[in-house]
Amino acid sequence: MSESPNVMTNEERVAYVQSKRKQTQLRDTMLALIGVMFFFLVWEAVVLTGLVDSKKLCSVLEVFKLFIVKFSDPNPDGALLLVNVWSSLLIALSGFGLAIVIGVPLGWLMGWYKGFDAFMRPIFEIIRPIPPVSWIPLSIVWMGIGLKAKSFIVFFAAFVPCLINSYTGIRQTKEVLKNVGITFGASNFTVFWKVGIPSSLTMAFAGIKVAIGNAWATLVAAEMLAASSGLGYMILMGRSYGRVDLVILGIVVIGLLGVVISALISKCEDFFMGWKRL
Amino acid sequence: MSEEYKVKVEHLTKYFGDLHVLDDVSFNIKKGEFLCVVGPTGCGKTTFLNLLTRIYMPTKGELYIDGERADPKKHNLSVVFQEPSAMPWLTVEKNLRFGMEIKKLAKDEIDRRVLNMIKLLGLEQFRDRYPHQLSMSTAQRIIIGRAFAMQPDLLLMDEPYGQMDIKLRFYLEDEVIRLWKEMGTTVVFITHNIEEAVYLAERVLILTNKPAKIREEVNVDIPRPRKVSDPEFVKIRNHVTEQIRWW
Repeated sequence: MSESPNVMTNEERVAYVQSKRKQTQLRDTMLALIGVMFFFLVWEAVVLTGLVDSKKLCSVLEVFKLFIVKFSDPNPDGALLLVNVWSSLLIALSGFGLAIVIGVPLGWLMGWYKGFDAFMRPIFEIIRPIPPVSWIPLSIVWMGIGLKAKSFIVFFAAFVPCLINSYTGIRQTKEVLKNVGITFGASNFTVFWKVGIPSSLTMAFAGIKVAIGNAWATLVAAEMLAASSGLGYMILMGRSYGRVDLVILGIVVIGLLGVVISALISKCEDFFMGWKRL
Repeated sequence: MSEEYKVKVEHLTKYFGDLHVLDDVSFNIKKGEFLCVVGPTGCGKTTFLNLLTRIYMPTKGELYIDGERADPKKHNLSVVFQEPSAMPWLTVEKNLRFGMEIKKLAKDEIDRRVLNMIKLLGLEQFRDRYPHQLSMSTAQRIIIGRAFAMQPDLLLMDEPYGQMDIKLRFYLEDEVIRLWKEMGTTVVFITHNIEEAVYLAERVLILTNKPAKIREEVNVDIPRPRKVSDPEFVKIRNHVTEQIRWW
């Protein structure tokens, strides 16, 4: 090969490697875009050729049109798209946020302090297998159908992976790293704070990512049963009115928001775990 | 009598259930001494170290530093473990600070010592790197730097070069000697490598098989820098080897 890196100067080699990397990046981005386009094309083709009944699946363009229209038209479900998005986000993020704030530290404490683990574990083991949706009737009785009740249900869905992962993460702290702290004369709490928590973060973030997925999934279920706005509610109304485009719009928007939130969590992870990337 | 000894180990004995690992080990270490502990594989060297660091409590016996019962919270102990033990989420500089921050030393004192250690070890270019970006030997040098920067009453090293090739080992052995001379630290160095022990130590403790006792103390009075081919060196090395083989 004429461009063999063997005969290059150092600068040329660096430039060569960098341009190669850029090419790979560009290729991957293009492939990702093409993948998405391909999906929509197949969808559109299926609808246009009449392979699927238009009552069961509408065309991509119709969904896109509705997406635009819903910014200014509250019909047929009674709320603008952004109102629905906002109301869903509020529930998801408040329940999810609470799950992080309570679940992650609880997992850390249970994973580190044996006595606390013995105390908490039976309660947790009982709560853990309960499907979050089964809390719906109780939460409606306790808190009505407002934000609080739905956040509560989302909280249960997101809480479990947050706790389990931070628990497992801190339990996997390397013995030798703990011993470094201990032999330097650190108290148990200092070792927990300076060694246990940092070394558990990888697992904790994995838990948080699972939790946001659970939160979204439960959110829609909660809204379908008791709500007056929100994306789940919009989907439910779409079903009642036989508006398949509304249902699909709801699904797509939920998917897109999920992507955005996951990306934000990854950014957050980079901030705390930057050392891993370098 | 106790004044001249920095560390006194008296009748150290350890059982794990029925397993008798360490049997009535007593010895003293002078301030600033470099002591090597050698013994056959599996004789309980690491248990011995973990007793000295107070990770395990002895079944019987006691360890005194400056005449007081050793306590990591009160005394200044440093350990270089066998496995990599740099905190992966801290930069080189922050790893060096780690122990001193736990001991809550004044910030300018920490700054001063860290700067000194970075200079001594030639780590300037690695200051802001993370351990996983470094070669294994550089990562191990950080650990050694972290231990010496504490200016400990007692520095314990548990086969710190077990995983390294011979060239690196020679290099790092010389570095430890350099740091030891510079800082005047009291060092206990555990190894199964007899040549390493004779190269480094002022005194070598030979342990027996399990349950480990002290078979013999060998003084190594060879001037530094030592040569492994020096007849005196070879003589001591052979003697230690004989003692370990003999059971």
